[in-house]
Amino acid sequence: MSDPVVRMPRGVRLHDDRVRGLPVLLGPERALMLDEIGQAILSELGTGMRLSVLIDRLAKRYAAPRDEIADDVREFLDNLQVQRLLDYADA
Amino acid sequence: MRDVPVPPAPIALLAELTHRCPLSCPYCSNPLELTAREAELDTATWARVFAEAADLGVLQLHLSGGEPASRRDLEELVAAARAAGLYVNLITSGIGLTEARLGALEEAGLDHVQLSLQGVRAGIADRIGGYRGGFDRKMEVARAVVARGLPLTLNAVMHRQNMDDLAETLEMAHAMGARRIEVACVQFYGWALRNREALLPTRAQVEEAKRTVAAAVRDYRGRMAIDFVPPDYYADYPKACMGGWGSTGLNVAPDGTVLPCHAAGTIPSLRFQKVTEAPLSEIWTHGPAFKAFRGHDWMSEPCRSCDRRDIDHGGCRCQAMALAGDPAATDPVCRFSPHRALVDATLEALPKEKLPEMAYRR
Ligand code: SF4
Repeated sequence: MSDPVVRMPRGVRLHDDRVRGLPVLLGPERALMLDEIGQAILSELGTGMRLSVLIDRLAKRYAAPRDEIADDVREFLDNLQVQRLLDYADA
Repeated sequence: MRDVPVPPAPIALLAELTHRCPLSCPYCSNPLELTAREAELDTATWARVFAEAADLGVLQLHLSGGEPASRRDLEELVAAARAAGLYVNLITSGIGLTEARLGALEEAGLDHVQLSLQGVRAGIADRIGGYRGGFDRKMEVARAVVARGLPLTLNAVMHRQNMDDLAETLEMAHAMGARRIEVACVQFYGWALRNREALLPTRAQVEEAKRTVAAAVRDYRGRMAIDFVPPDYYADYPKACMGGWGSTGLNVAPDGTVLPCHAAGTIPSLRFQKVTEAPLSEIWTHGPAFKAFRGHDWMSEPCRSCDRRDIDHGGCRCQAMALAGDPAATDPVCRFSPHRALVDATLEALPKEKLPEMAYRR
């Protein structure tokens, strides 16, 4: 599996939706209400880092086996990348 | 009388800042009666509306028109919207966006630019937009937006006279650095309805466009996001207009009239309120125009007992008005609609070769 640098591009940001009491990812024509997992991944990501580092940190923070979460994290990020809500570099 | 349940909070606000526009597209969807400059809301009122919208739950603000850059206070409006916590999208033709203004907008916190495209080459683009030099100007704006690192979406308005250029349009969007492209087929409201014969694509064009988009979605995967909604006249079921009336978004016209959708003013039986008359939350929750077609109670057959009624909400109320003369009718493009024959007759009667002259929006 490749190990790109994952970045949140300009024009995409996390927003604390105080009316609905939810974290939301805002981007061009998109407002994605995040569940706990989505929020955990994106808040750890911040403005960006290498995928392997992100997975390490999440595994540590949630005391989860790295192999078990790696695919889910990648799938979540891929889905956003296809919508161009995240960028991959040096893939 | 029973109380109507509180509607969910709206997600998007379309602020039509002005009806003034340097272009004169024959498919303009603005109302036949345009609002004069003197009647436009002032800066402070718009700023209040943005704050009220954010308090109500709106996340996305679309600044539109007309051409929003025709407003000299556009930078101030962007700043006010950002201060309210909104995601600010500018929907523009690019005309009037000088380098200096783009800089000021960026400074004010603009999140995203959506640039409309009338054609893939100067010839057709300037003919459709009715503005000489518009295409070249637009290309400069696109370059300037991308050079600043602002995310760019290209909004390609497609119809019979440019749909064959779709593959080229997608290529151009990617080459210029657009992160997204919206392939928007002309919809027939307001001014556009009178040019329908000249603009409605043929079935063959629509089929070809679907193939082109499917291939492009694969080819550009991960590089450019593509949104495409085929024209509903050729569909079996209507579009889920606005995600259901009064459920996800609202529009504010240049004079402050609050509408459940961009074309709602075409429904004569509706009574609208202005942001200067009542708070936005009051209008959203209790406004008669918003309550008129919320939920299912307004539906008649075949929608009322149809199992798709929660999927498409009976389609578009404005299209029902325009084609069937009844805003509570099933959207006439629906195959179950008793008025579907009207749509089929229109498709049958499309000119085979020579297209009629278009009436430009002047
Ligand atoms: S009958 Fe009404 S609800 Fe059913 S598909 Fe047609 S428009 Fe939708």
